[in-house]
Amino acid sequence: MKLKTLVMAACTTAIVAGPAAADLVFPSLDYRTGPYAANGIPFADGYADYFTLLNQRDGGIGGVEARVLQCETGYNTERGVECYESTKGEGALVYQPLSTGITYQLIPKATADDIPIHSMGYGRTSAANGEVFSHVFNYPANYWQAASGIILDILDRNDGNLEGKKIALVYHNSAYGREPIRTLQELGTQHGFELIELAVDHPGQEQRSQWLQVRRDRPDYVIMWGWGVMNQVAIQEAVNIRYPMDNFYGVWWSGSENDVLPAGEGADGYRSVTFHSVGDDYPIFDDIQEHVVDAGLASGAGDQIGTVLYNRGMYAAMLAAEAARTAQDIHGVAEITPAMMRDGMEALEMTEERMTELGLPGFGPEFSVSCQNHGGPGESAIAEWDYDTQAWSIVTEYRAPDMGVIQPLIDEDSAAYAAENDLPMTRCPAEDEMMMSVEDILAEMRTIGLRLDELADMLEAAQ
Amino acid sequence: MFYREAGDYKTSYVDDSQTFPIALDRRIYMAAAVLAFLVVPFVMTDYLVNAIMMPFLIFAIAALGLNILTGYCGQVSLGTGGFMAVGAYSTYKLMTAFPDLNIFFIVILSGIITAGVGVLFGLPSLRIKGFYLAVATLAAQFFLVWMFNKVGWFYNYSASGQISAPERTVLGQAVTGANAAPWVSYLFCLVFVFALAWLTRNLTRGRIGRSWMAIRDMDIAAEIIGVNPLRTKLSAFAISSFYIGISGSLFFAVYLGAAEVGEAFGIQKSFLVLFMIIIGGLGSIFGSFAGAAFMVLLPVILKLFFADFIGWPTDLVAHLNFIIVGGLIVFFLIVEPHGLAALWRTIKEKLRLWPFPH
Amino acid sequence: MPVELLNTIEVIINGLMTGVLYSLVALGFVLIFKSSGVFNYAQGVMALFAAQTLVGIQTGQVPFAHLINAVTGMHVSKFGFDLPSIIAIILTTLVMIGFAWIVVKVIMVRLVNQEPIILFMATIGLAYFMEGFGDLMWGAELKTLDVGLPSGGSFWIEDVTAQWAVEGENYWGMYVDVLDIWATIIAVFLVAALTIFSQYTKAGTAMRAVADDHQAALSVGISLNKIWIMVWSIAGFVALVAGIMWGAKSGVQFSLSLIALKALPVLMLGGFTSIPGAIVGGLIIGVGEKLFEFWIGVPFLGGATENWFAYVLALLFLVFRPQGLFGEKIIERV
Repeated sequence: MKLKTLVMAACTTAIVAGPAAADLVFPSLDYRTGPYAANGIPFADGYADYFTLLNQRDGGIGGVEARVLQCETGYNTERGVECYESTKGEGALVYQPLSTGITYQLIPKATADDIPIHSMGYGRTSAANGEVFSHVFNYPANYWQAASGIILDILDRNDGNLEGKKIALVYHNSAYGREPIRTLQELGTQHGFELIELAVDHPGQEQRSQWLQVRRDRPDYVIMWGWGVMNQVAIQEAVNIRYPMDNFYGVWWSGSENDVLPAGEGADGYRSVTFHSVGDDYPIFDDIQEHVVDAGLASGAGDQIGTVLYNRGMYAAMLAAEAARTAQDIHGVAEITPAMMRDGMEALEMTEERMTELGLPGFGPEFSVSCQNHGGPGESAIAEWDYDTQAWSIVTEYRAPDMGVIQPLIDEDSAAYAAENDLPMTRCPAEDEMMMSVEDILAEMRTIGLRLDELADMLEAAQ
Repeated sequence: MFYREAGDYKTSYVDDSQTFPIALDRRIYMAAAVLAFLVVPFVMTDYLVNAIMMPFLIFAIAALGLNILTGYCGQVSLGTGGFMAVGAYSTYKLMTAFPDLNIFFIVILSGIITAGVGVLFGLPSLRIKGFYLAVATLAAQFFLVWMFNKVGWFYNYSASGQISAPERTVLGQAVTGANAAPWVSYLFCLVFVFALAWLTRNLTRGRIGRSWMAIRDMDIAAEIIGVNPLRTKLSAFAISSFYIGISGSLFFAVYLGAAEVGEAFGIQKSFLVLFMIIIGGLGSIFGSFAGAAFMVLLPVILKLFFADFIGWPTDLVAHLNFIIVGGLIVFFLIVEPHGLAALWRTIKEKLRLWPFPH
Repeated sequence: MPVELLNTIEVIINGLMTGVLYSLVALGFVLIFKSSGVFNYAQGVMALFAAQTLVGIQTGQVPFAHLINAVTGMHVSKFGFDLPSIIAIILTTLVMIGFAWIVVKVIMVRLVNQEPIILFMATIGLAYFMEGFGDLMWGAELKTLDVGLPSGGSFWIEDVTAQWAVEGENYWGMYVDVLDIWATIIAVFLVAALTIFSQYTKAGTAMRAVADDHQAALSVGISLNKIWIMVWSIAGFVALVAGIMWGAKSGVQFSLSLIALKALPVLMLGGFTSIPGAIVGGLIIGVGEKLFEFWIGVPFLGGATENWFAYVLALLFLVFRPQGLFGEKIIERV
C-alpha cells in the first residue's frame, strides 16, 4: 500500500507542478552525489546562486523571474535522460548537461526538440562548428583549444622553441581523456616535441605505474587530462616523485581546489589552463553575499563561493542569462521560448564593458558567437595554485589558440557527424548574403519611394 | 474469491503444462499484452517512454538473460555490462558497415555475436564455481570495456570515441535517431521483450531448461544422471549473452542514441542487472520483469516524491534515495529472500483462499 | 647493474607495496567470509564511511548538518574544535563497533541459514544504505585526510640505489614511497595482531570455531551473535586502516569505495577463506599487474591494462586451482 500512496503523491505533484507560466526556466542537470560529487556541488551552487541573485536583486532577467530546475544526475547517463525528459516540458530554455556522456545523448534529442545546449568546456568539441550543429554551443573554449593553450604557455616559457622537448600526457582512459591527443600530436610535429601518452584506467585510484614511468622518462612537462579521484592521486604522486610542479599542467577539469588540497604543500605551483577567472575578488561576490547567502537562499551550504568550480558554474549561468537577455532584445519579448534562446546564444557578445556592468570585470575573455562559430575564439589563460594563500591566481594573459591546427580537426569531425546523420554542412547563410550593400539599400529605397531622412526618422523611432 | 479453481479437470498433457493454468491469470496476462501493444502506444508521452518504459523494457531483457544464466543455470555473472557493450558495439559496427540492413536484423545479429563472446568467457565456468566464478566474470567486464575504449576500429576512429546511432527505419518509421517517435521505439522494444519472454518460458520448461536447473541444483549429481555440463553451461552462457547482447543493442541504438563504453556499460550496469534479478526473484520470468520495474521506477518515484512534492534539495533526495533503496533491498531480503516473484506467489496463494482462509 | 634491471626491480618493489595496500582491503573481506560465509560487498563502502567519520570527527563537523539545515532552516556546519588524530581514530573505531552491532542485530541475525547469494545481496543493500548514509551524515564534498603519516619518495633509498647503476649512466635511484613503507609496517602489525588474537585468546579460538562449523560452535555454547559482532568490528577497523591509507593519497571521497574492486582479484587468487592468502594474493596481483603494464601494457597495448589484467591473472590461477591459492579444498559430495 505504501508504494501506492507514493505513486498517488507523485501523480498529484505532476499535476500540481505543471507548466507554470511567466518565468524563464534554466534546468541544471547537476550531480551532488556519486563519484564526482565533490566537483559537481560547487558548479551547481554557482549556477543556481547566480540566478537567485538576478531574481533577488534585479527581479529576474528583463523583468521575468528565472527559475532553476535542479535535477540530480549522479553523472549517470540514464538519469540524465530522465532529467531531460522531465524538465523539457516545463519550457526549459537551455540545457547545461555537465557531463560529456549526457551531452552526446542530448545533442540529437535537443536539436529535434528545438532546445539549445550549452556544454561549456566539455561535450562534443566539434560542436563549435555551427554549420552542422545548430543547437549546440560550446563557447567560450573547448578541449582542443585547452591543449593548444597549454602548449602556448610552454612555448612562451621556452622562447617559442620546443625542439627536442619531451611532453607527457597523463590521461583518463576514456573518450574524454583522449580528446587532446590528436591536437597535441599535430602540435608535436609542428613544434618538434615528443609526446608520451600515459593512460590511467578509471577511476584512477592507483597510478604508481604511470608515475614511475614519468620518473624514468623525465619529460620536461607533464599535461594531465583527469577527472575525479584521478586528479588528486596524480598530483599526490607527482609531489611524491618530486616532479617540479610548475612544469605540471592540468586541463580545467583538473584544476580546482579539490584537486590540489589533498596533496598539501607539495602542490604549490601546480598550473591549470582555464577560460574564466578565479578567486572571489569581484564586486558580484558582495552582491551574492548580500542578496543570496545572507538572505538564506544559497544553494547548498554556501561555503563554496569563490572556488574555481563555483566560479565556473556562475560564469555558465551568467552566459546563459546574457544570452536570454540578447534573445529578449532580438525578439522584443520578455518571455522567450527555447528557439528564441537559441537565437540569443548565437548572437551573444561578451564585452569587457558588459562584464564590468555585471560586476565581473575581466572575468573571462571577450568573445562573440556567430552562426558559423558556436565555440567562440577559445582563448585561455593559465592559473597557478599558491599553497600559502590557498588560492588560485591567473598568471598569464588570455591567449588565442592555434586555430590553424584545431580548425581542420573540427571541420573533419563535424563533417563525419553530418555525413553519419545526413545533415547539411552549410546551415548558415554565407557572409556576403547577409550584408546588403549600400547601393542595394538605396535601390530598394527608390523602388518603395522612401527618402533618406524618412529612414533616419524611422531608425530613431525604432531606437 | 479470485483465482478460483475447482478440481483438476485436465485431460491432456498439453493442458497440464500450460503457462497460465488458472483462467483468471491467463486473462490478466492477455489483457496486459493487449494493453501493452494496442493501448499504451497511443497514450505514451516522451517522458513515459524515454524515462520509464524504455529502460524498463530493455533492462527486462537483460534481466531475463541474466536470470537464465544465474537463476536457471546457477552461474553467477558480473559481466553483464561488458556483454551489453558487445551488443552495442556490434550494432554500431553493423549499422555503419551495412546502412541498408534492416535494424531488426542488426539487433538480432548483435545478439548472436554477443552469444559467441559469452561462450568464450563462459569457458572458465567449467572449472570455477560460485563466487569465484562471479569474480572471474569481472575479468570479462573489465577487459571488454578496456578493449572498446582502446581499439579505435570499434568506434570507427572517431575523434570523440563515442558511438552514436544514425537513423534507421522499420516499415518506414524511424526507430533510431532523434526523429524516432516515442511510440515506435516503444513498440520496437516491446516486440523483442514479448518474443524473448515467450522464448524464455518455452526454453526453461523444455529439456534444455531442465538440464540447466539440474546443473544449478547440484552439478555433480546432474553429471551423473547424464547431463553434459560442458554443453549445458555453455548453452546457458550463449543464450544468456544473446539476450544481454540484444538488450545492449537496444540500449544503445534505441534508448540512448549515443554511448561511451565506460560510462554506459561500466561495472555498475553489471551490478544493477544482478540486483534486478535477485530482487525480482531468481529463476522466475515474472521476477525479471518485477525486478527491472522496481529498480527503474523506485528512483523516479522517490525523486518525484521528495524533490518535487516535499521540495527538499536534490542532493538530500539523492542521498535518501541510496538509503531507501539499500534499506528496501535489505527489508525485502528479510521478509522474502526469494524476491518479488515469491512474494507474488504468496499473495496469489492467499488470494485463492480469500476470503475464507481455512 | 644495468638501468633496465634496476627499473624492473623498482617496478617489482612498488608492485609489492601496492599489493600490501590491496591486501589491506582484501583482509576485511576474508575475515567476514571466513566467520559467517558472507561475501561482504560493503567492505569498500565501510572504508569510505570509516574515513568520512574519521575526518568528520577530527575536524569537528556537525553530523547531518545539511539535513538539519534543510529541515529546520538553521545554519550549522562545525562544532569548532579539532581533535588529535589518535582520539579521532579511537572514536571512529567505536563508531565502527556500533555499526557492527547494528548490522549483526538488524540484518545478519534475520538472515541466518540463507543461501550465500542472498547474504551477498543483503550486503549490497547495506552498501547502498551506507553510501547514502555517509554522504547524508558528513556531506559528499571532498575531504582532506591527514593523520600525520609521512609521504613522498624516500631520499635515503634513492641515494643508496643511485650508486648501483653502471658508471656513467644517468640514474636517479629507486623510488619508494614512505607512506607505502608505513602501510607495510602497519599491515604486518595488523596481521600479526590478528594471528595472535585468533590463535592465543579465548575469543579468537571461539572465532575460529565459528569459522569451522557454525552448528558445532553453537552446540558447545559459543554465541554466534557475539562472534559476529566481534568479526564485523574487526573488519570495520581494518576498513578504517585501509580508508586511512588510501584516503591519504586521494582525499576522502566517493571513489574510495571503489577500492573494493581492486581487492576482488586478490580474494580470488588467495582464496576467500585465508588470511595468508589475502596477503600473498595481494602481493602477486600488485607485482603482476605492475610488471605486465611495464613490460607489455605500455609498450604494446597502449597502457591502462592494470584493471583487467589483475582479473585475468587471478582467472589464470583459478583455472589451475579453482579454490584459490590458499582456499579450502572444495570437496563435493552428491
